[in-house]
Amino acid sequence: MKQPEKKTVVSLRDIFVRFDGEVILNHISLDIKEKEFVTILGPSGCGKTTTLRIIGGFVSPENGDVIFDGKCINELPPNKRNVNTVFQKYSLFPHLNVFDNVAFGLKLKKLPKDEIKKKVTKMLATVDLKGYEKRPVSKLSGGQQQRVAIARALVCDPEIILLDEPLGALDLKLRKSMQLELKEIQRQTEKTFIYVTHDQEEALTMSDRVVVMNNGSIEQIGTPEDIYNEPVNAFVADFIGEANILNGTMIDDCRIRILGKELECVDKGFGKNTQVDVVIRPEDIEITTPERGQLTGVVESTVFKGVHYEMSIMCGKCEILVHSTESAAIGSTVGMRVIPFNIQIMNKLLPFYDNVIETTVTYSNEAENSFAFELEDETVTVPGRCYPEGTKLKITLPPDALSLAGDGVGDLKDVYIESVVYKGEHNEIILESDERKWLMLSDTDEQVATYVPLSFDFGKASFETLDAGEV
Amino acid sequence: MKSRRLTIPYIIWMLVFTMIPIVMIGVTAFTDKKGNFTFEPFEKAFVYSNVFVKSLIIALISTAICLVLAYPLAYLLTKMRKSSQRTVVMLLMIPMWMNFLLRIYAWMILLQRNGPLDTALSLLGIHGTYIGNTAAVIVGMVYEYLPFMVLPVYTVMSKIDPGLIEAAQDLGAGNASVFGKVILPLSIPGIISGVTMVFVPSASTFLVSQYLGGTDDIMIGDVIDKIFWTDENTGAAISLVMMVFIFVFLVIMNLFGDEEAIA
Repeated sequence: MKQPEKKTVVSLRDIFVRFDGEVILNHISLDIKEKEFVTILGPSGCGKTTTLRIIGGFVSPENGDVIFDGKCINELPPNKRNVNTVFQKYSLFPHLNVFDNVAFGLKLKKLPKDEIKKKVTKMLATVDLKGYEKRPVSKLSGGQQQRVAIARALVCDPEIILLDEPLGALDLKLRKSMQLELKEIQRQTEKTFIYVTHDQEEALTMSDRVVVMNNGSIEQIGTPEDIYNEPVNAFVADFIGEANILNGTMIDDCRIRILGKELECVDKGFGKNTQVDVVIRPEDIEITTPERGQLTGVVESTVFKGVHYEMSIMCGKCEILVHSTESAAIGSTVGMRVIPFNIQIMNKLLPFYDNVIETTVTYSNEAENSFAFELEDETVTVPGRCYPEGTKLKITLPPDALSLAGDGVGDLKDVYIESVVYKGEHNEIILESDERKWLMLSDTDEQVATYVPLSFDFGKASFETLDAGEV
Repeated sequence: MKSRRLTIPYIIWMLVFTMIPIVMIGVTAFTDKKGNFTFEPFEKAFVYSNVFVKSLIIALISTAICLVLAYPLAYLLTKMRKSSQRTVVMLLMIPMWMNFLLRIYAWMILLQRNGPLDTALSLLGIHGTYIGNTAAVIVGMVYEYLPFMVLPVYTVMSKIDPGLIEAAQDLGAGNASVFGKVILPLSIPGIISGVTMVFVPSASTFLVSQYLGGTDDIMIGDVIDKIFWTDENTGAAISLVMMVFIFVFLVIMNLFGDEEAIA
């Protein structure tokens, strides 16, 4: 049976936001339907809170439109929008008690006193705070304050409720029960909830749809099942749940080579001999005898997790994570099987593997056998080689020639870490400088959404002079 | 145990410089020159009751003007960039580094006949006397104590979580409601300490009235200043009455503050 098309309550069209020259939201577009529970998910610094603040009216976009019920509301201040927010720090009014906090919005609407009283009492019952009317908010526990904040937003009867990591400050147990409670409140009140979190489990539990964001862009929009089972790229796969993400080569439609073995899969249309990312969930790998296995490896560690064992299996140099109800002895060789359906093929995050710089030599020092070129307004000196000034040069830096400068200086200052994906052997880190992106291999885990200095090891680079006409 | 031992010097300090002087003032106020118990100093102090009233009225007016001037300034300050905030606070503080008397002399020169103000207004055809009256005393006091009002109000206001203002806007509050329902009630503690810090010293101030006021603008501080050298008993009695007034005032202020916090 086909459901009638739900109406769109709010849409963001090509939103672009910049603070102090730094791009926070890079032309994002998003439609949110009525009565929907949408979660915006991403690491801290990805722009998810800014997206929420755009809808709330606290940030105005430099470019793009916010459409609410078919009308552009870019210029409408927060107090005129039919949207209420549950803030990350709750932001309850410390000088008012529970009742007056919840009644704040209704009093501003100049509703009659007895109606306010009726609505507030009913709402406090909904959030399980009956009898707390006269308490000062400072005397409430975190979970109770949380519920006051939710009641305060809901009682105004807005079309949309925005929730900015509302469960972040609560302990795990309370968070779990509040997740279910929130979902239940959303179902009862039939409001549109837009929920921001960095907790992927929370997103999967509560949402009708999940919007995965990174570095100011939307990576994927879909149902929790879609996002988990069909991630569009390695970033999403890595961010949602546990995953083995491997480098692979698509030999032909439905044929993939990973870890030196050719396997059958169900994905098509990637072309022949294309480099791709492959994701296999740990629970989709079956442990077999070495003879029966498509892949073989040595068990490195095994940890009992209650429902299953979590095993780390070394396939050559590459680590594979397996969740299995059966354990295998550490040090033993086992086989692994995956059915074609569970091998998910994705395009690479970057269209290149080696980092290529095409440039012109700006300074040449024959005595010291070095030369220099300009890169994004910084002068980079290359030792151990000399080319005459003006030479057009193509420098190819493999990912392992890049490193984060330990001395804090580096060849490029302030490079943004866009994503870190563990590929079984190394972390593949995607960096963004002012003008381009870089791929780096690293054995250490780096913090996403931070700025670091980048240095190049030109000993691992290859150089090629170009004809003047080519550049 | 160790921490308690560390408080001993402070306890001695408070005994020597707070408790003993208060007891001495109390004893002096209730005795005559020979040290006999009497209410006579209070009877003499009663002669100055009109000065008492005038002092309190002048102090109240100055405090009110300080509040009216300081509150918007403090509010505007919190809206500025952090660096500008520091600059303005600095500019407010700098006059306070200058000697108190010098600042009063400066006002005498500003307000005197043929002084800058008189000359300027004369050019516009306005003639008048700007010194030697109650208004001049109030101007001097407001100038003197304004920073003591601005700083506590500004400190409390700048600590108001901007998230609360956003929450109010989110719930439908326009600028006036944000101010009336969030900023004003939350800045009351600052107002209370500002009012206390201005009212208490201005009620018992002296010299300002002597230099800027007229003959009938004498304030209770000046009376104590004059009388103490000849009749310390009456001086002590006047001080004691003043203390009681200030105490009552502080109690009322704090009641007001508590009520606001609950309401």
